[in-house]
Amino acid sequence: MNHSQKRKIKEGAIETILFLCALFSVFITLGIVFILSYESFGFFKEVSLKEFFTGTQWTPLFAEPKFGILPLIMGTLLTTGIALSVALPLGLLVAVYLSEFAPHKMREIIKPVLELLAAVPTVVYGYFALLFLTPILQRFIPDLSGFNALSPGIIMGIMIIPYVSSVSEDAMIAVPMHIREGSYAMGATKFQTAFKVIIPSAFSGIAAAFIIGISRAIGETMVVAIAAGGMPNLTANPLEPVQTLTAYIVQVSLGDAPHGTVEYKTIFAAGITLFFMTLGFNILGFWLRKRIREVY
Amino acid sequence: MKDLKKLIRYNKLWNYLFMIIGLLATMLGLILLCALMVDLAVDGAPRLSYKFLTSFPSRFPEEAGILSAWVGSFLLLLVTALAAIPLGIAAGIYLEEYGKKNWLTDIIEINIVNLAGVPSIVYGLLALGLFVYFLKFGESILTGGLTLALLILPMVIMATREAIRAIPNLIREASYALGATKWQTVQWHIIPYSTGGILTGIIIGLSRAIGETAPIITVGALTFIAFLPTSPISMDFPFVSFKWLMDPFTIMPIQMFNWVSRPQKEFQLNAAAAGIILMVMTLLMNGLAIYIRYRFRKKIKW
Repeated sequence: MNHSQKRKIKEGAIETILFLCALFSVFITLGIVFILSYESFGFFKEVSLKEFFTGTQWTPLFAEPKFGILPLIMGTLLTTGIALSVALPLGLLVAVYLSEFAPHKMREIIKPVLELLAAVPTVVYGYFALLFLTPILQRFIPDLSGFNALSPGIIMGIMIIPYVSSVSEDAMIAVPMHIREGSYAMGATKFQTAFKVIIPSAFSGIAAAFIIGISRAIGETMVVAIAAGGMPNLTANPLEPVQTLTAYIVQVSLGDAPHGTVEYKTIFAAGITLFFMTLGFNILGFWLRKRIREVY
Repeated sequence: MKDLKKLIRYNKLWNYLFMIIGLLATMLGLILLCALMVDLAVDGAPRLSYKFLTSFPSRFPEEAGILSAWVGSFLLLLVTALAAIPLGIAAGIYLEEYGKKNWLTDIIEINIVNLAGVPSIVYGLLALGLFVYFLKFGESILTGGLTLALLILPMVIMATREAIRAIPNLIREASYALGATKWQTVQWHIIPYSTGGILTGIIIGLSRAIGETAPIITVGALTFIAFLPTSPISMDFPFVSFKWLMDPFTIMPIQMFNWVSRPQKEFQLNAAAAGIILMVMTLLMNGLAIYIRYRFRKKIKW
């Protein structure tokens, strides 16, 4: 075998190895889908889909178990809703300010610092929600119970500001300069340009940022597990304790549910519900972001 | 004319108002971050001591410490890094340098973006079904480390790709022109020039792994561990042991979670002290990542 042949074999082998590494990520997704479906298939053999999606009580650990997922979905939507009403307006304001108003130097410093908000361990945020924010809120809202949806919702909102702001800001910066200059030439102020020209032009990017925020909030676990309480509660009242899909999974995992029992399978049923909720948003966000790249 | 001046004044006023509102909104997050750190420091600092770092958890809050937790976190991170870094860099290199534009590459790309958005607890469920019960690794350090490796893999891949994409094509062409093969080009040019970006991504990924709690609870890490894993170095032949990989463990965030959820105030102070250490580690790692990014950006000018 001569030198050139050896070289060819080596190159081919390396390419194959690298390809297998890249392909591995696909197997992670397949693994998630397979494991979640396999275990929840066992669950749905014992509990009908109708009971699962229309039942209003979730008490799988009681002597007389009830398997209606609605209270957990409601808890998830409630905390997510509170988080979004904090994160979306603030994230958008931050993005507009950083991309249109802030001096370059300031942006360079503030961006990485803001990103630290997303880097703080979520269990620390949970501590903060339970032992710092809830007592403060209780001073203003006497009805607020020690565990509630409001406080972790707000903290989650703060936590996802950087996700919302950095993707929206990227979309706004991608709007070409001549569009801004056209607006200034017509006598518009920076404020008018930002809200009437830049935001509409960067719309799909901003929408993608919002969707990333939503998906983060739905999947967030520790903040709600610590500060929202552990009672599945079909309510839209943010002052009451609630349980989310994620917090339920944590609760059961802590209690050591034996492999193969119905309790063990419920966490996979909750997990697959969660997975499909976030998957829908992720695909929508991916599609929207792909669209911004094509506009200009 | 008067109306016009009024209109201009009105518009300018709004402009200034918004500048203030925007600045406040930007500062709000930072202020909260500071409040959080001050709150942790006030509650937890008195508990921080050498003894706190070298004691096992205990029923008595004033005797409890985080020895088993930080050792567990460290070992877990070691497994995570060893698994995720080579795999992630290799996948990133393939997608940027080798991948042809076809449906398979498209699927891999979409898949990685989607994986980055999957809630961390879902990785925990995957690991519970796959590592704990199917591969029979049990509730061990190996299981925990691999779970976190799966979790940060998309981050490592995306950081690698971004770093490689920043290298201009003329570098590759120059290398090929001298007769280098594709791998030689990657080995001697692409990898060295993208080291800064890749390193930044890895550190940020690991800093996320260190604070991750939910998936590790799901795979069944214990909350009360009063012993250390088997030592990796032993006196007898062959001197190195991998038994620790199969040992049960706890990690810093789980220890903190356990203390937060207790009603006694004393335990919550312990939680704050553990929180300080977690925060310091996260901030140090992120700071290091920012510094490396800054250094490499300054050093390399195409």
